[in-house]
Amino acid sequence: MIAPRVALLAALAMAFLAGCANQRPGAYDYGAFQKAHPATLLVLPPLNESPDVKGTPGVWSNATRPLAEAGYYVLPVTLVDATFKQNGITEAADAQAVAWQKLHEVFGADAAVYIKVKRYGTSYQVVASDTRVEASARVVDLRTGDLLWEGSAVASSAENNSGGGGGIAGLLVRAIVDQIVKSATDASFTYAAIADARMLGAPRYNGILPGPRSPQAGQVPAAP
Amino acid sequence: MTGARSLATVVAAIALTVLQGCAHGPQPLYSWGAFPKYQYDALRGEGDSPADQIAGMEKQSQKAASENLPLPPGFRAHLGKLYYDAGDGNRAAALWAEEKAAFPESAPYMDSLLKRMGTPGKTGDKA
Repeated sequence: MIAPRVALLAALAMAFLAGCANQRPGAYDYGAFQKAHPATLLVLPPLNESPDVKGTPGVWSNATRPLAEAGYYVLPVTLVDATFKQNGITEAADAQAVAWQKLHEVFGADAAVYIKVKRYGTSYQVVASDTRVEASARVVDLRTGDLLWEGSAVASSAENNSGGGGGIAGLLVRAIVDQIVKSATDASFTYAAIADARMLGAPRYNGILPGPRSPQAGQVPAAP
Repeated sequence: MTGARSLATVVAAIALTVLQGCAHGPQPLYSWGAFPKYQYDALRGEGDSPADQIAGMEKQSQKAASENLPLPPGFRAHLGKLYYDAGDGNRAAALWAEEKAAFPESAPYMDSLLKRMGTPGKTGDKA
């Protein structure tokens, strides 16, 4: 009478453990992505929610590199920009509102990358200036309209600023000098490159799957 | 004497570690140069002039060939657009055909650009 009960418990325990083994909490579900295996990506002009007008070109121009190094063909963004303008579309919001069927017809890409820029640029704070780029992205299959992947990333100059002496006055001066130097050299562009690489690079845990031109094509990145 | 010798050993050990690090690090698929920056300048219509971009990209193209690294997706296409906007439709068409040869999956979009451009050599509306 006891034996079947033990067997049942053992079976339940096994099922539970097996479930744990391949379904880590928080692991991205790549089912749709793996079924779609896109090869060509159309990066749409990023929607800019920051007050800095360079948010769209800064994040857009830096998206090609991580996606191409991830193994995808990325449609040239300057030509995509020209094609939209020829069709009377000059705003990122209007480009992102075009039906996926229409995007597929015009550009012939397998999937589109929709990016939203939440923060972009250098802001002056009391003791230090901070150059920060924050963005999120969605990859949508242009043959089915299915969502394949979504993620986000932040890059900030504050990451490498581990304090520093000189009293509050010294800090204020440094903050202003910092800001001038950063604005002049367009630091935002650099942080946009870092944010794009963190958000769209592969292989990366829960990131975009490596594409067909990558040596790791289709492999699900392991947990760190 | 012993000091110099142990220093040399340490230097050699460091050099070896660095080299091993290089050998095991992931290799880039493409030669990028300033391509992202050129795209940024072109999208804003600021920064390097189209003529400077053409010169910079032609130089990068030679550098990539000497390094035996392929040019990235869109590089030839963007360079073609710069030539097209400068009035050289023939060079633009040649580069878009090269893009298609290097990345066959770019064919639908490259073909639509070539078709829209019409007769090679014709200048008019910007690409």
